[in-house]
Amino acid sequence: MTKGRTVVITGTRKGIGRYLAEHYVRLGCQVVGCSRVAPDWTLEGYEHHQADVTDERSIQAMFHSVEHRHGGLDVLINNAGIASMNHALLTPMRTAENIFATNVLGTFLCCREAARLMVRGKRHGRIVNFATVATPLRLEGEALYAASKAAVANLTEVLAREFAPFSITVNAVGPTPVATDLIRSVPKAKIGALLQRQAIHRLGTMEDISNVIDFFIRPESDFVTGQVIYLGGV
Amino acid sequence: MLMSPEAAHACVTRAISSFNDSEGTEVPIAEGTVLLGVGGAVDSLGLVRLILEVEREVEHMTSRGVSLTDERAMSQRNSPFRSVGALIEYIVTVVNEPS
Repeated sequence: MTKGRTVVITGTRKGIGRYLAEHYVRLGCQVVGCSRVAPDWTLEGYEHHQADVTDERSIQAMFHSVEHRHGGLDVLINNAGIASMNHALLTPMRTAENIFATNVLGTFLCCREAARLMVRGKRHGRIVNFATVATPLRLEGEALYAASKAAVANLTEVLAREFAPFSITVNAVGPTPVATDLIRSVPKAKIGALLQRQAIHRLGTMEDISNVIDFFIRPESDFVTGQVIYLGGV
Repeated sequence: MLMSPEAAHACVTRAISSFNDSEGTEVPIAEGTVLLGVGGAVDSLGLVRLILEVEREVEHMTSRGVSLTDERAMSQRNSPFRSVGALIEYIVTVVNEPS
């Protein structure tokens, strides 16, 4: 299904990004990942770039290297993201700017650079962005995170139309909370209450997320674009 | 490496040839060819494809990443994409400026 394809995944140092890197290497893909800080792991079939998704130059350099080394790009998974769980009244402006810079502008930048490669390589590209259930649940305490991901969902829908003439699909997966660092600081009661608002009351797993991405990027999904799939029945 | 107008012309020539081959179009390879606007040889999507082809050719020649769609290009009163001649001039400017 994916063997031999070149896949770029952002935010691979840990958590879901690392899992996805390992998952697609296992499936026979050439995986290129990036993160601001170098990872403490290596993997055959995986190549890492130390790059911040908000830094245009370093992201352009990474995609340039992908074209040079792999001859083009088939799949981009925009996993990099940050959150700051805090009441809006206590959220510093700097935090707000960082969240939007990474989640929205970083996603846009990588979509743009990936699509340029896909068009140039005349490949039927696949782009998968990361939304969140915090957006449709209007989650208190995550105003900026939810709003930034709402922007990602809309960006996904618009880019799907802009990139469709180039045979590139753009979709998004909206995970529920998964046991990663992102929710480590959230009180258990709060997570429990959130899970109760899902149709299926459990934490998500890495496999739940890769299952949706696998569907989006399979060759047969070339008529699926502009979709945001929220997990857990949200 | 500095880029001469002749080298930029060669890049654009190859890009238009490749574009014509893949799109089945006949965009004339001449400095006077109007690309955008009234009487333009390409539509907006065609322009996107053509610019990406040109960037690829320039990158092959210079062995470095080149973006022709920076803020300056978008904000110029006279678009550098209005004609083949303007595009060649703009490539020379972008490539030869200090990084």
